[in-house]
Amino acid sequence: MTGTVRGVTATGVRHVSLRSGVYADSVRLMQVSRDVGARAGVTAVLVAMATPLNLELAAGMGLAPGDGASPEQLLVAIEAADDDALAAAVAAVDAALTARERAAGPAQAVPLRTIGAGLDALPTDGPALAVVSVPGQYAVAEAADAIAAGRSVLVFSDGVPVEHEVALKQAAHDAGVLVMGPDCGTAIVSGLALGFANAVRRGPVGLVAASGTGAQQVSCLLDVAGVGVSHVLGVGGRDLSEAVGGLATLDALALLDADPVTERVLLVSKPPAPAVAQSVRAAAAELSVPVHSAALSPEAPDLTAAVEALLVGMGRDVPVWPSRPGPAETPVPGAALKGLYSGGTLADEAMLLAAPVLGDVRSNTPLRPELDLGTDLSAPGHVVVDFGDDALTVGRAHPMIDPTLRLEAISNLAARREPAVLLLDVVLGYGADPDPAHSLVPTLSAARRAGTLPVVIALIGTEADPQGWSRQADALAAAGAAVFASNAQATRHALDLLGAAR
Amino acid sequence: MSLLSGPPTVVAAGVDVFSAALRDQGADVHDVDWRPPGFGDPADLATLALDRRRAAANRTAVERVMAAGSRLVDVRPARDVLGLRDRTLLHAGPPIGWDDASGPLRGALIGACLFEGWASTVTEAERVLAAGEIALDPCHHHSAVGPMAGVTSPSMWTWVLQDPVTGRQAFCNLNEGLGKVLRMGAYSEEVLTRLRWMRDVLGPVLQAAVRSMAEPLDVKAVLAQMLQMGDEGHNRNRAGSLMTLRELSPAVVEVDAPSSDIAAVLRFIGGNEHFFLNLGMPTAKLAMDAARGVPGSTMVTVMSRNGTEFGIQTAGTGDRWFTGPANTPVGLFLGDYGPDDANPDIGDSAIMETYGVGGFTMAAAPAIVRFVGGTVPDALATTERMYQLTLAENPAMQVPILGFRGSPTGIDVLAVARTGWLPQINTGMAGRVAGTGQVGAGLVQPPRECFEQALAALAQEARTA
Repeated sequence: MTGTVRGVTATGVRHVSLRSGVYADSVRLMQVSRDVGARAGVTAVLVAMATPLNLELAAGMGLAPGDGASPEQLLVAIEAADDDALAAAVAAVDAALTARERAAGPAQAVPLRTIGAGLDALPTDGPALAVVSVPGQYAVAEAADAIAAGRSVLVFSDGVPVEHEVALKQAAHDAGVLVMGPDCGTAIVSGLALGFANAVRRGPVGLVAASGTGAQQVSCLLDVAGVGVSHVLGVGGRDLSEAVGGLATLDALALLDADPVTERVLLVSKPPAPAVAQSVRAAAAELSVPVHSAALSPEAPDLTAAVEALLVGMGRDVPVWPSRPGPAETPVPGAALKGLYSGGTLADEAMLLAAPVLGDVRSNTPLRPELDLGTDLSAPGHVVVDFGDDALTVGRAHPMIDPTLRLEAISNLAARREPAVLLLDVVLGYGADPDPAHSLVPTLSAARRAGTLPVVIALIGTEADPQGWSRQADALAAAGAAVFASNAQATRHALDLLGAAR
Repeated sequence: MSLLSGPPTVVAAGVDVFSAALRDQGADVHDVDWRPPGFGDPADLATLALDRRRAAANRTAVERVMAAGSRLVDVRPARDVLGLRDRTLLHAGPPIGWDDASGPLRGALIGACLFEGWASTVTEAERVLAAGEIALDPCHHHSAVGPMAGVTSPSMWTWVLQDPVTGRQAFCNLNEGLGKVLRMGAYSEEVLTRLRWMRDVLGPVLQAAVRSMAEPLDVKAVLAQMLQMGDEGHNRNRAGSLMTLRELSPAVVEVDAPSSDIAAVLRFIGGNEHFFLNLGMPTAKLAMDAARGVPGSTMVTVMSRNGTEFGIQTAGTGDRWFTGPANTPVGLFLGDYGPDDANPDIGDSAIMETYGVGGFTMAAAPAIVRFVGGTVPDALATTERMYQLTLAENPAMQVPILGFRGSPTGIDVLAVARTGWLPQINTGMAGRVAGTGQVGAGLVQPPRECFEQALAALAQEARTA
């Protein structure tokens, strides 16, 4: 060390030194200056090689080292409020100059923010599928990323404007990929269950489904009959509307037609727009794979019957659909049907089957607009509520995950003491409540203790589902419910009970 | 690859319960870390996402950027090549008048008036500028770019770069070196003396040298090579400047001029590690100008700052500026300058990031990241992040540490909105007070407002297209 100057100025004490044999690059020295300058009591710092430019800077700060400085020397110039601060600052410079920078590690993981970035980073060029469940208003950009990357996409999100759905599906068609959704809750692709789907065996039947719970019912019944599915391609509940025109249904049919595993196709939907149904029928007739329909309508109100027809067509036996008969009971005369559903298509099926027997059934998703319940879910008379309807899932999880609203409705029904037969669906499988009986049984038991309330349950699932069909059926039956694997059979059982009461 | 050919790999955005169920089935699931967009009306985002022109338009814009070359064909006074009327000064960034100009821009304008002899004192220069007697116009409106204040006056010499494919030209003045320089807002006698020497000696020698070269210097190739040598082409130009010196030296030595002038020129170039910057910038400008006017493209063609406002332009919206208040860089300071001394972001040099180098290729120049007290992993992460903002990777500009991956090129306004990440720019810092000069260097980002406005305008254009 040479030429150290210590002195006292009007503003404090200062240290100016020139060191030989010390080199650090300018960036490192700027960092040291900044760090030391930020210390309490330090009023000015310059740690820099003693180049003419830096000596000029030092002079401007009143910290010139005097004559004899050379550019190979390191200038350390500090002004501080008192001796302690100055000594600490000089020590800090020494420490900083000898500190070893931490070794360069691997790059920090940079999060991938979009479907586009995620697909771009895929290590494989094998089959890939994008799954989008972001809020509906943002789902379009993510889905468009997948289409641009030549990948199919399942859009679980709801709240996507119909014109965006049409634009996405047109772009997907042009790109030779499929848009499943929006609001597509159920799909199975090569055995991989996406969203709400059941553990069903693999086999020759391909489903194209504009209805999630409808596809679950159909695939579970096929499983019971020993017939597996190749794929379940959801297309979104609006696909068969006039506005969308079946764009994804047509593409999904073409995909299954080209799939070597698929021998028959079953089209599952709520009632389609007639013109769209016609164009889909025409397109299906052109395919080499036979296409059967399980589209609900007043004329074809029964998914179970559609499955049975398919089985017969395949030369397979129609099995006895599993059930657990409830206790022998007679409902109170004048009882009303109270269908509290989590699956929209299952609710539709129940209403279509009940209407010819009971007359009008009111609902939040009514068969005809004049039967709309409005917001009064506890209205008297025959009522079927779809708790999975968008209006009832704003800000909360789907009733297959969060049973709260439906349990409240059951308790309210018991408290009102309106004579009733309670009809429920319980949907098992991936994505659903891991043990629906666990929360349902205490509520049902309490309701039945409060008065006469026959309970009929459509239990949609398979033995292979994480919840296990029999395990759930036994628990529900033990609580006094009659349990059916077929929603149509469950509905008819409820209607029989009501008829017996008349 | 058909969707149905086997169990698909899943890339998921949104609720993670579905991914958990897929993993339980043994599926290969990749969750992206999705966030709501950083800005933008959801309807605008959807309109652009669904704009059927977008993919092809962006492809066209990218192809033009990639195809553009850059050869050093001449060195000429600005008055001859930029069509500068007398008493006109060019400046960096979007349009601005004297009243709104920041300290360093005012300082540079004052210096230029003194240099041109339009005023003999600082007071007089301030008066003619304040009176509007000197016309001000952005460099970008003249196929030109200028670092920091970017002030270019008729008597200054400019590099003339040409794209050999299209014949298009771009221009930039000559770099003055470091410390007290006009582009940082200094206008002392030392600054003016250097400018006069550049006018009288450097410019003519370089012109003669460049014109004598049998093969024009391939500046794009130098830029590509720099990235292999630890430069990122914006804040670190050491290798590029040395390579330029190597390429120009034989021709400079043969110029018919006093040997003392030749020596001074070589010393000047060799002593300025940012000498190359003024060649790199018009190279990037040539490439980005090639992408101008592609309807439906959401690519950014200009990012530039005048010290008060940051402005951007996009391929799909032509010459329209989208501006917001410039941020102040964060970094390290010379001497005892501190954050309070720094002026907001200034200069056309963000054309380097627009082209996909500079801050975008931080991974190629780990030394730069220490300007903000960061680490080498920070540098790598910055470049990795920029890949998610850009439309393409430029195979000509490779980043060795990333396995020679091409630089992230072509900022996508839609991607900026969706990720919420802003472009990363490396920059010098000028003193806030006119006449101060450089106070430091660091990192800065554009204000979000520029991209918000651009997004809305692109969506509006898409709706009416």
